[in-house]
Amino acid sequence: MGLVTFREERCKGCGLCVEFCPKKIIVLADHFNVLGFHPATATDLSRCTGCGICAWMCPDVVIEVDWNGGKPPGERGESPA
Amino acid sequence: MPKTFQRPQALTDKPFHYCPGCTHGIIHRLVAEAVDQLAVRKKTVGVCPVGCAVFAYDYFNCDMIQAAHGRAPAVATGVKRVLPDRVVFTYQGDGDLAAIGTAEIVHAAARGEKITTIFVNNAIYGMTGGQMAPTTLLGQKTTTTPHGRDRETAGSPLRVAEMLSTIDGAVYVSRVSVHSPRHVRLAGRAIKKAFEVQLSGQGFSVVEVLSTCPTNWGLSPREALKWLGENMVPVFPLGEFRTPSAEEAIEC
Repeated sequence: MGLVTFREERCKGCGLCVEFCPKKIIVLADHFNVLGFHPATATDLSRCTGCGICAWMCPDVVIEVDWNGGKPPGERGESPA
Repeated sequence: MPKTFQRPQALTDKPFHYCPGCTHGIIHRLVAEAVDQLAVRKKTVGVCPVGCAVFAYDYFNCDMIQAAHGRAPAVATGVKRVLPDRVVFTYQGDGDLAAIGTAEIVHAAARGEKITTIFVNNAIYGMTGGQMAPTTLLGQKTTTTPHGRDRETAGSPLRVAEMLSTIDGAVYVSRVSVHSPRHVRLAGRAIKKAFEVQLSGQGFSVVEVLSTCPTNWGLSPREALKWLGENMVPVFPLGEFRTPSAEEAIEC
């Protein structure tokens, strides 16, 4: 399972991540961000494989991808935020 | 913990000013990733064009210069000759490199300057409002060719990579595209290879990257990528046109 994080305030809603996500779990949200666009967001992170294709196709480097060998978020060995 | 994908160090944190879906952002990131992978950020000097990418000096986290329209290869020549240990690249669009700057790029290649040029070809003038560029396809509608580019009056598209590949001083010449994740990866490899050619001191290297202009093409970002793949790639074939003799060709 992967973990994608979106820097929503930078997203221009172009939809290229939506188009190319192999699992089709990215959608454009209903709300507006500070730029006035509908930002991209992931609907079901449990299906994310962390392939990084969304980040590869994002023209604004909005997306960061973390993949930790299939471990769910609670078992990633990260220090709590 | 290392992440699978995060913003390259060679990009600043400033948000790009480009239109939604403009692939300039992807190409900026590929250049930055190549600089990071080769660990040359602190000795890299970039030269910006005039065009949409004119503000690239705000986005690359290395030394940057803004050149007069089309003159980036001339400026880069000066920098590289004075500071031969630096990695010097120019980042130019098709209006900058293939129109007003044709002389500069041809002669920089002819002299075999040890610089790297990233040539972003989107078949239109973006910043000035969608006028016909030398690389505009036949039949393509722009604000100055409202009925489509006509060969009789406006000529045919200029294939820069093929043209530069006839010059002996150009050691590495390739054309890549960014219309699918696979092509983005291949483009990243080609850009890295172009920087490696410069680091090895062999001569001039140029990568032509086919790009989109959703705003001036009048298409959505997704349609624009599709249009690039269906219409531009047949006219501007992808591949390596010239490689250092000792090295094997990579797929583009």
